[in-house]
Amino acid sequence: MTTARIRQLLERFAAKIDGPLIAIVFAISGLGLATLYSAAYQSPGRFAAQVLNMLLAVALMWVAAQVHPQMFMRLAVPVFLAVLLMLVGVALFGDVRNGARRWLPLGFASIQPSELMKLAMPLLLARYFHRHEAALRFREYAVAFAILIVPTAMIARQPDLGTALLVAAAGLYVIFLAGLPWKVIAAGVTAALASLPILWGVLHDYQRRRFLTLLDPTSDPLGAGYHIIQSTIAVGSGGITGKGWLEGTQTHLEFIPERATDFIFAVYSEEFGLIGASLLLVLYLGLIMRGLMIAANAPTFFTRLLAGSITLTFFTYAVVNMGMVSGLLPVVGVPLPFVSYGGTSLITLSLGVGMLMSIQYHRTLVQT
Amino acid sequence: MKELRNVRRELHYFQLRLGVAGALVLAAFAILFGRFFYLQVIQHQYYDTKAEDNRISIVPDPPNRGLILDRNGVVLARNYSAYTLELTLSRIPDLEGTIDALSKLVDIQPRDRRRFQKLREESKGRDNLTLRSRLTDEEVAVLAVNRYRFPGVDIKGRLFRQYPLGELASHVVGYISRIDDRDVEKIEDSDQAGNYKGTDHIGKTGLELSYEQALHGTTGFEQVETDASGRIVRGTSVRALAPRTPPVPGNNLVLTLDIRLQEAAERALGENRGALVAIEPATGGVLAFVSKPGYDPNLFIDGIDPLNWDALNNSPDHPLNNRALTGLYPPGSTFKPYMALAALELGKRTPTQTIFDPGYFMFGNNRFRDDKAGGHGYVDMYKSIVVSCDTYYYTLANDLGIDNMARFIGQFGFGAKTGIDVEGEFVGVLPSPEWKVKRFKSTPAQQKWFPGETISVGIGQGYNSYTPLQLAQAVATLANDGVMYRPHFVDYIQNPITGERKYVQAQSLKTIPLKAKNLEIVKHAMVGVNKEGTGARAFAGAVYVSAGKTGTAQVIALKQGEKYTEANVEERHRDHALFIAFAPADNPKIALAVLVENAGFGARAAAPVARKVLDFYLLGKGVDKPAAPAPKLVPQATEDDDGED
Repeated sequence: MTTARIRQLLERFAAKIDGPLIAIVFAISGLGLATLYSAAYQSPGRFAAQVLNMLLAVALMWVAAQVHPQMFMRLAVPVFLAVLLMLVGVALFGDVRNGARRWLPLGFASIQPSELMKLAMPLLLARYFHRHEAALRFREYAVAFAILIVPTAMIARQPDLGTALLVAAAGLYVIFLAGLPWKVIAAGVTAALASLPILWGVLHDYQRRRFLTLLDPTSDPLGAGYHIIQSTIAVGSGGITGKGWLEGTQTHLEFIPERATDFIFAVYSEEFGLIGASLLLVLYLGLIMRGLMIAANAPTFFTRLLAGSITLTFFTYAVVNMGMVSGLLPVVGVPLPFVSYGGTSLITLSLGVGMLMSIQYHRTLVQT
Repeated sequence: MKELRNVRRELHYFQLRLGVAGALVLAAFAILFGRFFYLQVIQHQYYDTKAEDNRISIVPDPPNRGLILDRNGVVLARNYSAYTLELTLSRIPDLEGTIDALSKLVDIQPRDRRRFQKLREESKGRDNLTLRSRLTDEEVAVLAVNRYRFPGVDIKGRLFRQYPLGELASHVVGYISRIDDRDVEKIEDSDQAGNYKGTDHIGKTGLELSYEQALHGTTGFEQVETDASGRIVRGTSVRALAPRTPPVPGNNLVLTLDIRLQEAAERALGENRGALVAIEPATGGVLAFVSKPGYDPNLFIDGIDPLNWDALNNSPDHPLNNRALTGLYPPGSTFKPYMALAALELGKRTPTQTIFDPGYFMFGNNRFRDDKAGGHGYVDMYKSIVVSCDTYYYTLANDLGIDNMARFIGQFGFGAKTGIDVEGEFVGVLPSPEWKVKRFKSTPAQQKWFPGETISVGIGQGYNSYTPLQLAQAVATLANDGVMYRPHFVDYIQNPITGERKYVQAQSLKTIPLKAKNLEIVKHAMVGVNKEGTGARAFAGAVYVSAGKTGTAQVIALKQGEKYTEANVEERHRDHALFIAFAPADNPKIALAVLVENAGFGARAAAPVARKVLDFYLLGKGVDKPAAPAPKLVPQATEDDDGED
């Protein structure tokens, strides 16, 4: 084979990969691996495992990028129904881990169907709105809400508030972008605010405690407030430049709980300071802006809604996680995208990025 | 065309929505950035301190307590190091089980368990308690091997206090013991809380208490890194730590006390209950300070066990009472030299003026008896002191009046704190009409002063009650021609590192204006006491000239006409024997007061004690050497006195 041939193969291989997106994802993942190396100093196996997770995720991203958006639309209904069925399965036969029924045993492995719902939901809703694009009336929005509410409620009941939140957000972004009238939005927000007391009654005790401790973490410094207090200390003590890689005292003396997973941002901010935190904000902003740009240029209603929703879901991940770690938002189990240790969310995120790439690549090839 | 426009409008509409979403994203990120800026820049100092507090534990390094030495450098209180077995309660889930398991490895007596239990109850909030101290080398080895089985159980090397001389001078030195709740309050009030981190013991009585601050020293500190579970991180720290601040050891106390003299005095008192205070008149330095019986202060250091405590606390001899400092006794006839001096100074008597003593003094219908049946006949001032004639002082008291007596004699420190450098001294009672009004505040009927009361006060009875320390200070002041010094135990405080000495200056409290001629008369009479009077038998053959005065203090009042017979009185109601003395008479080096409880006549029970102490101090003579037989210079060598009916 000549070098020209190799180059040609490489070009074909990378043809559908969006340059800015992949650069940003690699940059964030690099920072994430460095941080994980520091956070998981006691279990070095995690670092290697995460590298494998990332390789798998990139592979899936490449695969998703190769698939035509038309295929996504065709798969939307069966995928949604399959995931919904799995959620029912979880409710009936699921494994209980850490007090929550989230995992479905498949014999060879366990999967978390709620995680797949983060993609299945926007896929289905985008397809639904695409089908009714010509005449969107109140009825269509109502149906969309009904579709949204069933799996969200099922996930929330597992209980997994973080995932339910992300699934609901993914669906709501589709509905919003599809053009839900402002009047309805205003009415919805008002109603939501009005129903807060009712929502309060529905919440689990531990969920209520998380909200209360957010308002005053010192009220329970060794219990529910401990996470917030210690992660806030870690962030604040990082200062402008940070304490340096591998030199975070909150991290290395085990004051930060869940420091490899949901609270990894505390480790990152402690060791890299405001400069590091700002860099990460800029990278996420770049990822989101690129995603929104892809959505804006997407050729069909379906691809626009899908790209917009996926992108805004990334945004939700990042904001909820960083807000939680820095003490702005209550403790909800949402990972920091491409940084937190764990394979499941990484795969969902990468599939999402792959879908964005596919939409970007095929923007001119599809004509409505 | 219409459709196209529609599409364009829809696209425009969608992009508007995307724009709104983008604005939302920017706003949210701006809020996040603001939050990071707030935490990491504005509040950075606060959170950095918090993180440092998390990470750094301050481990106190307690100082070595200062030594207590006598004037010749003999060690009265010292420290030795030993291993202790300590339990950290918060890390031990099953305390009883752990102690049971430990008792299979090391010797843990029921006594240790009881003491540990008491320690737990008394020291609420303290997490670290000692189960056993003074572990043997074998026990340390066994524990070290098995340590992994016992989280929260530690072997620590610690310094312990020891009083090598045991009971000797126990009331002077006092003792240290575990810090209790009251001590904690005191420490906090004096702003010493930081300095006592890591200190378990504190002075409870005696010099250990009153010189606590000088003895304790300054606690050093070391920073260590601890993880979230409180374990100290070994090896290199994640971040740098402040350098260690070493402790500054406490100062040594060097006393004016001569422990050999103290021992001589304690042996001279023997098994008797009593007290002896010897003072250097020219400085106020205490040479010996005895309260018998004593106790072993070593018992208290690690918390006294209940059996020993009961034995000491419930003993009828009250060994824990510091009789020299807090025992209150009537001075008896040792009061007379001061009465005589008052008479001379106030012009109520001349030295040669005589009275006739028929053996009693009639006051109204009351007969105040002299102890000598038939009386002493014609008595002048010299003889009144030498033979201790009560009748002379009955009439003198009547002539002086209670106000004059209280005013003049009060100058010698009777009924007032001496200001000695240990805590807890008692004030006693210098009787006067004013005192009586105050004393009986709640029962006005009893406030009136009766002239008859003046008569018995005149011979050192009645309401008179003073500490042996006051008696010693008074006689030291008399010996020193009226110049009064504050009695003190500590000669100087020594920095153990630099050797720098801080002297406790001899502090002249006051000079009582006295005519030399009058002092001479009284001192001459006191010399007569030991030469040919009531002290003569005890001081027979002494090669130095001493001055003294015997006294016998009545414990219970006798009925009118009743005669005191020692054999008829229950032991604890028998009279107390007293003696005051100074020597050499012309240049006093030592002044002392002796009290022997329920021992009867001062001449017989107290004067020989004084003789032995003076011999030892002035001649270095052994106390057990028998004195030469007494020459019979005066017909009756015993004296006694009696109180009001």
